[in-house]
Amino acid sequence: MEFIKPGTHFDFVGKIKIAVGISAVLIIVSILSVVLHGGLNFGIDFAGGTVIQIKFSKAAPADAIRKAFAGISVEDAIIQEIGENEVIVRTNQSMTKELQAKVEGAMAGQFGAGQFEIRRIEFVGPKVGKDLTNKAILAIIFSWIGMLIYIAWRFEFRYGLGAIVALIHDTIITIGALSLLNKEFTLTIVAALLTIIGYSINDTIVVFDRIRENRKKDLKRNLGDIINASINETLSRTILTSFTVFLVLLALFFLGGPVIHDFAFALLVGVVIGTYSSIFIASPIVLAFENVHISKGKRKK
Amino acid sequence: MFKSLKVRLAITAVVFLVALYFLLPTLVTQIPSPWNTYFPKDKIHLGLDLQGGMHLILEVDADKALESMMQRTANDLKESLMEGKIRFRNVEKAPGATISMELTDAGGKPALEKILNEQFSDLEIASSSPRDGGQIINLKIKDKRAAELKKLTIEHSVETIRNRVDQFGVAEPEIVPEGENRIMVQLPGIKDPERAKNLIGKTALLEFKLVDEENSLDEALRGNVPEGSIIAYGAREDKAGSQRGQAPYLLKNKTLLTGASLETAKVQISDRFGEPHVSIKFNSQGAADFDRITNENVRKRLAIVLDGVVHSAPVIQERISGGQAQITGNFTMEEARDLAIVLRAGALPAPVNILEERTVGPSLGSDSIRQGIMATLIGFVLVVIFMFIYYRLSGLVADSVLILNVVVLLGILAGFKATLTLPGIAGIVLVIGMAVDANVLIFERIREEMRLGKPPRAAIDAGYSKAFLTILDSNVTTLIAALFLFAFGTGPVKGFAVTLSIGIVVSMFTAIFVTRIIFDYFVWNRNIQKISI
Repeated sequence: MEFIKPGTHFDFVGKIKIAVGISAVLIIVSILSVVLHGGLNFGIDFAGGTVIQIKFSKAAPADAIRKAFAGISVEDAIIQEIGENEVIVRTNQSMTKELQAKVEGAMAGQFGAGQFEIRRIEFVGPKVGKDLTNKAILAIIFSWIGMLIYIAWRFEFRYGLGAIVALIHDTIITIGALSLLNKEFTLTIVAALLTIIGYSINDTIVVFDRIRENRKKDLKRNLGDIINASINETLSRTILTSFTVFLVLLALFFLGGPVIHDFAFALLVGVVIGTYSSIFIASPIVLAFENVHISKGKRKK
Repeated sequence: MFKSLKVRLAITAVVFLVALYFLLPTLVTQIPSPWNTYFPKDKIHLGLDLQGGMHLILEVDADKALESMMQRTANDLKESLMEGKIRFRNVEKAPGATISMELTDAGGKPALEKILNEQFSDLEIASSSPRDGGQIINLKIKDKRAAELKKLTIEHSVETIRNRVDQFGVAEPEIVPEGENRIMVQLPGIKDPERAKNLIGKTALLEFKLVDEENSLDEALRGNVPEGSIIAYGAREDKAGSQRGQAPYLLKNKTLLTGASLETAKVQISDRFGEPHVSIKFNSQGAADFDRITNENVRKRLAIVLDGVVHSAPVIQERISGGQAQITGNFTMEEARDLAIVLRAGALPAPVNILEERTVGPSLGSDSIRQGIMATLIGFVLVVIFMFIYYRLSGLVADSVLILNVVVLLGILAGFKATLTLPGIAGIVLVIGMAVDANVLIFERIREEMRLGKPPRAAIDAGYSKAFLTILDSNVTTLIAALFLFAFGTGPVKGFAVTLSIGIVVSMFTAIFVTRIIFDYFVWNRNIQKISI
C-alpha cells in the first residue's frame, strides 16, 4: 500500500512565499490570541493556587458546587467538569488545614456526608510557581539551542538555523492553539512542548539527510532543485512517521483521562504543525540562508 | 557487526529474558514458593499519581534558626561580659541576626574582642561607632559560619523529618533536600494526609518555663509586660465544656529545659479520666537539671510550652528526681500519639512552610492506571494494524518487535527501579508510535532500492545501512529534548522523560537490530526472491 506514489514533483521551494504567508498568519493569530486572552492561562504549577478534584456519588450541578465554595469565602472557584459526576475546582487561595476542613464541611453540607470523595488536592505556592516558570522557559530555550548545536554539528550551521526556525515556529503555533482554546498551561504542557521540539525535528532531519546525500551525488546541481527533489523523495516517510505517532496520540487523547487529555492535544497540534514545517519551512529556509551565507562570505574576502 | 545469525539471535533472546526476569514480579502477583528466591521482589515502582500519596515541598526557614541562635548567644554574651567585668548596656538581639550593644568604657572594645576571640569565635564586629566615651557595637555572625549553620539546619531538618516519618510508619518514604533550603517529602499510600502534614510540619519545640507569679498578669495584659517575662497562651483547661478558649499566662522568658534533653516520650492513659497523655523521660543530664529545677522552685508553677503554646502549668509539689514528667491537655488518642512521635524524633531546628502539596487519592490512581493501560492497548493495536496494512508481512515484523520493545522498556524500568507515572505511561504510548518510525524509514528505503531494480538482499542491505544514520540523528534529537525535560521536570513529568528516553534507545535496538535478524533469516535461509513490503 502506498499513500503517496513515488515520483512526485511538487515544487515546495517555489511555494515558500505562500508557506511563509500561511505561517506568518498562524503566528500572528497565535500571538494575538495570547495577548487578547491577557497572557497564557497558566495552571497552578505556574500561577500558584489550589486544585481540588472531587467525585460525587450522584449528579452535582456546578452551580451548587460554586455556591458551596462561595459559602466558605472561596469566591474565585473555577469549576470544570471532567467526566461522570466529577469536577476539578480551582482557586487562587492557598490550601491550608482550615481551608480543607471548610471545603469538606461545605461539600458535606451541600451534598451530604459520604456523597463525595476528594480524590486529589494540589497546592502550589507562588514562590514555587515563579521558579517553575523560569525553569520552563529556560528548558525550552536550551532545548532549541541544543537542537541548533546538534544539527549544526551533524550537518552544517545553516541547516541548524533552518531547523531551529521551524522549531520556534512549531512551538509558537502550538502555544497559540492552546491559547485559542483557552487550555490551561501546565507542567505537562511544557513536557509536550519539549517533546514536540525533540520530535518534530525528526522529519526535518530525514529531509536534511536526503539533501546531503543528493548533493554528494551531483555537486553541480542547483541547491533549490536538490531540496525540492529531496523533499519529494522523502515525502512518503515524512507523512508516515508522523501518522503513526498521530495514531497513538489519538488513543491518548480519547482514552488517557483528563490529566493526559490536554497533553495529547498539544502533541497532536505539534505533530501536525511539525510535519508541515519540516516540508514547507525548514528546508526552504536552508536555501535562503545559503544565499545570505555565500554573499556575506564573498564580501569578507 | 555481528554477521552470525545465531549470535544475533542469542543477544536478542538474552535481552528479552533479562527484561522478563525483572518484569516477572510485576506481571505475576505471587511467584510460587521454590522459585520466588530466584526472582527480584520489586514490582515496577509506581509514582504517587498512580498509587496515591502525598508530595510536599517544604521550605526551611533557616534564617529563623539563625535568629534564635543569636538570641541565645546574646544571653550567653551578657553573662560572659559580666564575668569579664566589662561594663555594658543594652545587649540585645537586633533584626537580621545581629546583636547590638553599648560599651560604656573607652577600653571596653579590646576586652570585648578578647572575649569574642576566646569564647565566641563565630562572631565578629560588624560596625562600631563612638558614643559618650564608650561605643555602640554591632556584632554579626561570620558569613562562612552562617552558611555552614544554614546547611546544618537543613540537614538536621531532613534527619528529623525522616525520623518522624519512620516512626509514623510509611512504606518507602522519600525525603530529600532540594536546592538551597527546600526539602521534598514523598509519602506513598498515605491515608490521612492532614495528619501526616501536621506531623511533619510541627516544629515541636518543647520548653519548660517558670510562671511569673511575682508580677500581675492583668497588668501585663494591659501592655506593661515586666522585663524578662513574656505572655503566652494556652488551651483553657476546661473539663466540662469541650470549648478550647485561649488562656493567657505570664511566663519568665528564660527557658529552663528543652525537648533536647528528652530520652523518650510515650502515650499513656491516665487512670482517673481514661484520657491519653504523653509521658516523657529525660536523659541523664536532663533528669539532673529537672531535679535541680524542681528542687529550687517548689510551690511555683512550671509551664510546659510546645511551639509557644502553653500545654499545662502545674504547681511543683515537691522535688522530682528520676526524670519523669507528663504532658496533659485534652488530647485525642491520635494527637497524643503524634505528639509522642514528634517529641521522640526531636524538634525541627527551624520552622518549615509548605510551598507545594500534591495529594492523590488511591481511587484516582487506579482510575489513571486503567485509563493508561487502555490508551496503551488501543494505541498499540492501531499502530499494529496500520503497519500490517501498509507493509504487509514486513509490517508484521515491525509489529512483533514492538512487543519486544515494550517488554524491554518495562523490564528496564523495573530493573533500575525507575518510577512509572501517568505521564510516563503516556511516554510509553508515544514510544509505540515513534518506535515504528525507524521501521518506516527502513522500509521506505528498501522499497526505493527495489524500485531501482535491486534484488531483495541488496535492497535490504542498502535500506538498513542508508537509513541508520537518519534514524540515529532523529532519535538523538528526541533524546536531547528528553534530557532537558528530565532536568526541568518534577515527579510525574520526569517519569515521562524517563520512559520516553528508555523507549527511544530500546527502539533503536529492536527496530534496527532485531528486525534485521528476521529479514536476514528469510532472505538467507529461504532464498526469497520477493519481499512482502
